Amino acid sequence: MMKLAKKDILGIEEMTADEISLILETAESFLEISTREIKKVPTLRGKSVINLFYEASTRTRTSFEIAGKRLSADTINIAASTSSAVKGETLLDTARTLEAMNPDIIVLRHSVAGTPHMLARMVKQSIINAGDGAHEHPSQALLDMMTIREKKGRIAGLKVAIVGDILHSRVARSNIYGLSRMGARVVVAGPATMMPRGIERMGVEAFTTIEDAIAGADVVMMLRIQLERQKQNIFPSLREYSHHYCLSRRHMKLTAPDAIVMHPGPINRGVEISPDIADDPACSVILDQVNHGVAVRMAMLYLLSGGNE
Amino acid sequence: MNNRPKIVMDSEGIERCLTRIAYEILEKNKGMDNLALVGIRTGGIYLALRLQKRISAIENKKIPMGILDVTLYRDDVAKTSKKAPLGKTDIPFDLTDKKVILVDDVLFTGRTIRAAMDALIDFGRPKMIQLAVLIDRGHRELPIRADYVGKNLPSSLWEAVSVNLLEKNGKDEVVIEEGS
Repeated sequence: MMKLAKKDILGIEEMTADEISLILETAESFLEISTREIKKVPTLRGKSVINLFYEASTRTRTSFEIAGKRLSADTINIAASTSSAVKGETLLDTARTLEAMNPDIIVLRHSVAGTPHMLARMVKQSIINAGDGAHEHPSQALLDMMTIREKKGRIAGLKVAIVGDILHSRVARSNIYGLSRMGARVVVAGPATMMPRGIERMGVEAFTTIEDAIAGADVVMMLRIQLERQKQNIFPSLREYSHHYCLSRRHMKLTAPDAIVMHPGPINRGVEISPDIADDPACSVILDQVNHGVAVRMAMLYLLSGGNE
Repeated sequence: MNNRPKIVMDSEGIERCLTRIAYEILEKNKGMDNLALVGIRTGGIYLALRLQKRISAIENKKIPMGILDVTLYRDDVAKTSKKAPLGKTDIPFDLTDKKVILVDDVLFTGRTIRAAMDALIDFGRPKMIQLAVLIDRGHRELPIRADYVGKNLPSSLWEAVSVNLLEKNGKDEVVIEEGS
């Protein structure tokens, strides 16, 4: 149980509660390194980590890069916009080319669900899924669970409400898998156009109003509205969306008294969360999430790198 | 061959060793000015806590103590298949110019101590690092020796030496047995 018997980390769906706990506990020990004057340990010296990002990302890519560097791995970033993808090379050819340079871990983000899984079968390197389409975003769910565990002391038995565009959210899916497996009760809320059909089969309760979902919740997780989705006519206007689903002060009376508010970022202030809630240190843990993100990604790189031959 | 574990030190023996080491530390360093204890996970923590209690009682002043997990500094991270869960490191004081007493249960190849020294130096620049161990079982692979030794225990490479402590294993004893 003390080692992660996996070549890749592709999603939370295929992870056991023990594996999730191992990653979270390891990450908790890594937190302290980021507070040192010398924020670096020699553990992954000589290992190379390639961040291969086919989708725009600042925080996840930076977080993986910092995580690798704090463990002394060499990190190389490849963004699709500057890579041979624009010259027409297929993902597989790119991966084979990278494989020939012998990296140890490839961190992949791609807009098509299942891409990291395909790559994992094709190359011998460890693959970490940094987000694939609307499918999974395991490192985000792990850092969210780490934040909940730190603030609440546990995950089991808590009520967690996830609010927003559930349909297009890989953050929501990974969190639903992870939080349910760790024993939390998960409810979701969002406009009917943003609610996947059959969501109940994932073991969650679905509501169409934010008020119903957050009643008595210990954790409120707001999702980012992807502004570009508006063109797909799934919501009439930002104003209407925010009128119904923007988390504001009045909602905090409905939750459990010591509820925490989370957001994966980047925030659209005033659309899904009002600024006074986002900036309120009494409930908002948004910046803790970012801090924990580095530690969780260090744990993922570390556990995939050692003791798995 | 006799496979039964042999008890080489009992609870009283461990207590006496720690009392002696506490006095030796104070004698060698002429008091506890600038002194700090750092226990190496996991056995070293409990021994360091016991030394802290003794030294603080003798000198009527609390000696600072930290906890070090050396896993991330080991030279075999990617090779070893038996992996202990990574523990927390907590050094709640500035190491710079301190005389640091590293505390561990068993001194064997010296590789743990090498890793511990590297880790300590990342936290600051100690004036001096000394090493206290309960058991020195020999078989060094690096040029490292202890400043304070509870007991020298000649052992074979295939034997396993374990220090059981009340806090961790429910009783105090040092056991030597045939390795599996």
